[in-house]
Amino acid sequence: MAMVPVKINGKNYNVEQGISILEACRSVGIDIPTLCYLKDINEIGACRICLCEVKGARSLVAACVYPIDPPRKDRVTGELIPMEIVTNSETVIKSRKMTLELILSTHNKSCLSCVRSGSCELQKLCHEYGIEDENAFVGENPPFEIDTTATHMIRDNTKCILCRRCTAVCSKLQHVGVIGPNDRGFNTHIGCAFEADLGEVTCISCGQCINVCPTGALHEKDETQKVFDALADPKKHVIIQTAPSVRVGLGECFGMPIGSIVTGKMVAACKMLGFDGVFDTNFTADLTIMEEATEFLERYTKKENLPLITSCSPGWIKFCEHYHHDMIPHLSSCKSPQGMFGAIAKTYYAEKIGVDPKDIFSVSVMPCTAKKFEASRHDHTAVEGLADIDVALTTRELGRMIQRAGIRFTELPDAEFDSPFGLGSGAGTIFGATGGVMEAALRTAAEIVTGKPLEKLEFNDVRGVAGIKEATYELAGNVIKVAVASGLENADRLLRMVKSGEKYYDFIEIMACPGGCVNGGGQPIVPASVRNFVDVRAVRAAALYQDDLNLPVRKSHENPDIKSIYAEYFEKPGSHKAHEILHTAYTKRPKY
Amino acid sequence: MYRPHVLVCCGTGCTSSGSAKVIETLEAEIAKAGLSEEIKVTRTDCFGLCTVGPNMIVYPEGCFYSKVNVDDIPEIVAEHLLKGRPVKRLLYKKPVEKDTITCLDHTDFFRKQKRVALRNCGLINPESIEEYIAMDGYEALGKCLTEYTPDQVIQTILDSGLRGRGGAGFPTGMKWRFAAGNRGQVQKYVCCNADEGDPGAFMDRSVLEGDPHCVLEAMAIAGYAIGATQGYIYVRAEYPIAVKRLEIAIEQARKYGLLGKNIFGTDFCFDIELRLGAGAFVCGEETALMTSIEGKRGEPRPRPPFPASKGLFQQPTILNNVETYANIPQIILKGPQWFASMGTEKSKGTKVFALGGKIHNTGLVEIPMGTTLREIVEEIGGGVPNGKKFKAAQTGGPSGGCISAENMDVPIDYDNLIAIGTMMGSGGMIIMDEDNCMVDIAKFFLQFTVDESCGKCTPCRVGTRRLLEMLEKITAGNGTLEDLDKMEALCYYIKNNSLCGLGQTAPNPVLSTLRYFRDEYIAHVVDKTCPAGVCKGLLHFYIQPDKCRGCTACARICPVSAISGKVREVHVIDQTKCIKCGSCIEKCKFGAIIKK
Repeated sequence: MAMVPVKINGKNYNVEQGISILEACRSVGIDIPTLCYLKDINEIGACRICLCEVKGARSLVAACVYPIDPPRKDRVTGELIPMEIVTNSETVIKSRKMTLELILSTHNKSCLSCVRSGSCELQKLCHEYGIEDENAFVGENPPFEIDTTATHMIRDNTKCILCRRCTAVCSKLQHVGVIGPNDRGFNTHIGCAFEADLGEVTCISCGQCINVCPTGALHEKDETQKVFDALADPKKHVIIQTAPSVRVGLGECFGMPIGSIVTGKMVAACKMLGFDGVFDTNFTADLTIMEEATEFLERYTKKENLPLITSCSPGWIKFCEHYHHDMIPHLSSCKSPQGMFGAIAKTYYAEKIGVDPKDIFSVSVMPCTAKKFEASRHDHTAVEGLADIDVALTTRELGRMIQRAGIRFTELPDAEFDSPFGLGSGAGTIFGATGGVMEAALRTAAEIVTGKPLEKLEFNDVRGVAGIKEATYELAGNVIKVAVASGLENADRLLRMVKSGEKYYDFIEIMACPGGCVNGGGQPIVPASVRNFVDVRAVRAAALYQDDLNLPVRKSHENPDIKSIYAEYFEKPGSHKAHEILHTAYTKRPKY
Repeated sequence: MYRPHVLVCCGTGCTSSGSAKVIETLEAEIAKAGLSEEIKVTRTDCFGLCTVGPNMIVYPEGCFYSKVNVDDIPEIVAEHLLKGRPVKRLLYKKPVEKDTITCLDHTDFFRKQKRVALRNCGLINPESIEEYIAMDGYEALGKCLTEYTPDQVIQTILDSGLRGRGGAGFPTGMKWRFAAGNRGQVQKYVCCNADEGDPGAFMDRSVLEGDPHCVLEAMAIAGYAIGATQGYIYVRAEYPIAVKRLEIAIEQARKYGLLGKNIFGTDFCFDIELRLGAGAFVCGEETALMTSIEGKRGEPRPRPPFPASKGLFQQPTILNNVETYANIPQIILKGPQWFASMGTEKSKGTKVFALGGKIHNTGLVEIPMGTTLREIVEEIGGGVPNGKKFKAAQTGGPSGGCISAENMDVPIDYDNLIAIGTMMGSGGMIIMDEDNCMVDIAKFFLQFTVDESCGKCTPCRVGTRRLLEMLEKITAGNGTLEDLDKMEALCYYIKNNSLCGLGQTAPNPVLSTLRYFRDEYIAHVVDKTCPAGVCKGLLHFYIQPDKCRGCTACARICPVSAISGKVREVHVIDQTKCIKCGSCIEKCKFGAIIKK
């Protein structure tokens, strides 16, 4: 749109017409605080923190939604008068303070024991605006509840500021919509329909709500003590696997820029924590590709049960089990890389090192909260009665463990993963980006079908943060149509097109989190003030693609450790043993 | 040919007083006397003098019977209808005059009224489209469709000076003009705000119950003016009679081809559907109303974008109040100059007020803008009963403020009321006398707003609640002067920072009473007394020793045994136990117990 003159805080600028006052000010270096604003997701002007003065308006206006108008013609002189905005007058500052004081009057102010102390958006604003009395408006509050019934997280309404960001991501972005405002007025609180427990509704555990919560009202269930306890137990052989997305997120817990590749430091820190084996989930990502590419080619040849849909995103799996029963037969029977790792840890690995599987404590660190849900699925474990994964940690929890152990992360020299699961290919590392699983599978499938090495390894059509991507490839005369969706609102749309016959695909990758696992519900929290202006998904994904370029092996089937595990244990992809240990099945769940 | 014509009110007020049984009995008696062919009984709606219902008018004399009982019917039929002798003792009497007045229009209540929006209420059977058409109904719509272009219709409304009757007073013609662009190229909507939520307001209810067709006709005219083909009436579910009348009216209009496709044989198509509210005052707010129609939680949206460009379902929409619509057909038929000849310079036409509280004639009145409060209270309203003194009039309901005695001669119009710290609002007007405590009144209205806040924005959700707690502290006797300052600052904050009109106007009753009755607030916080004797926390029930005879009647009636004393000895009330129920005052035959 056209550029128009405006006056902001007494100075003249030219900004784009129609954008919000918030974005216009940001473009000229002026910050306006927000609490409820989340670009494209939650633009409701509810918290009233971003209010500023616009000359001629009846009252203060919300900068996050009020648009920049072109100059108005003065009725008397005919002169064009630009819009006049003031963001830092005494009225505005006093109003923001009062809004903060009122929020604090209903808030559980136990910052010292809160997991978000130091990264809480409310706390930061109170500090910035010099709140002198957090009890300026003391009064009675409704009895807010704390919901601990979900596998992966806790909802603490005593800390909720009713910004509605969680409601927006759950319904708009993820098409799940299990949480929302109940009651009205002063008694408004976020909850599930009919005050049901989160654990009993169709929450898919994706954790996107946690990622956007400005305070400690939503947070993952912390299982670090279980891991510390296991590490301290001399009888336990404790191993850890690290997902690809963790190595481009963990650094943010220690102040490093978004998208820093910290693989070596991550391994070093884990070793310092005392893990008996520090392994790379990229290895089992490669293993997943071996099994899934085989599965795909088998279905493709027989033209049976197509499209094949990936199954490594437990949030997507739960969504499919609740809402798309008819697509369950299309899901790949492969376990996720986390799942496969847990399976081989208690079988192949246990045998290899001569340890009783009961004494192996298998920990994973994932960018994901749904992995906690996946770890709790004991229906197809490799060893009867033993969990495949004992604890699935989020990136945030590992960050806390490293801090608590006094490890100076940023100063650590790089260390190497342990054998026999320390080698992952570039195909495995890109799993964390949306389209990465598809690209990894294509690298292997293409070479199997054509029998020739690929000239170019990058499949750019399936890269990028677009919600739905599609591509068609011709491999030795075979036309293969693929699609990639991330974020379940996109997945829903894609599946509707497939079911109606409007679109046809042979192979579909679906990730629950928009942008893929790099934006998972367990990654370090990025405050809205950054998220609204930087595409975190793209920055972290770019780091993974860079990592891929730097790795010596870039295709799953060329990973020597993968060749070994088949030679030594599974014989070949899709073998009977592989099906017993590396594959699973799914169940139908109710719609509500 | 009918000889006498008997109109009986079936509005909500008179129905609650038993008018349904009255009509039944009337028709039975008339049938018994064999007069069913000669006497027409019409179920009409609100005449306006609700305080004396059930109401009945007999034409051609224009005899106004009030407080009609089922037992009175045989006498009325035998004496008046059969023999032509009105039953004097049942006729409406002005409370202070000795002579009995027979003609309706000459009563003080009706003399200064000018019924424009209410012109058909009380005259026609609202369930008969034929009677509406007989009163020039749908002629305005026909005129617009055949003689005016849409832009000419908008110009007519602009020239009339009509301003929104829902409270904000925005020029109606201007609102229609904003939505008129791109006619025929986009889907547009015409909405009617029938969610009348102000406590004590029933102007819209009477229009909807008494003359539903005028709203339908006006909405169709609006649809023609802006290029909309669909209308929605959002009516509160607590008005079941209005809902029923609207459903009947819409059905009848469709049957007559006055709603639906090709109205009056032109290209113009327009239909109306009802949407029922679900008990939320906030859904009377423009954007919350539209969000509710969309099936979502009824919460307001920030503006811009304004509904004229992005309203219902993100399409251009106009929303007008019932009373605003009620004026439209007349403006078309009689011309904008006629409408503009009534009222003041910036507030044209008439306004319907729901008069309530400490006033003789409670009910609906429609008066030209510019009428003073003094005329309303002393002449139309019949004065304050029981010899009490007028103290203040509250206008605008929970969003408004009060008019004190010093401003009684201010001509009532939109801008004058804002200048003195209140607002027109939708028309509720509550009269208060010396026995009302203004702090308590402010608390009452704030309790309402706190209850009805949608909860979306911080200033209203938390701010009004904390404001109420401060008022409760003051009326309980624990307030300080600092609290008054803090309260005022919070009021201005809430006004300036809230997302929608509910929050922006919620502090008005507090601010207005602080402005005109600050001495009462000071009495509450400094002297710890309630001058009007209302706030229980500041009242002490006290047995005057010189008057007490020791009869023990009070001690025996006290529900919490707070009174002690032996027979024939002076009794004493234990203040720590007293719950201030007042039973002892009622029981004492010697007037020994007082509140202070």
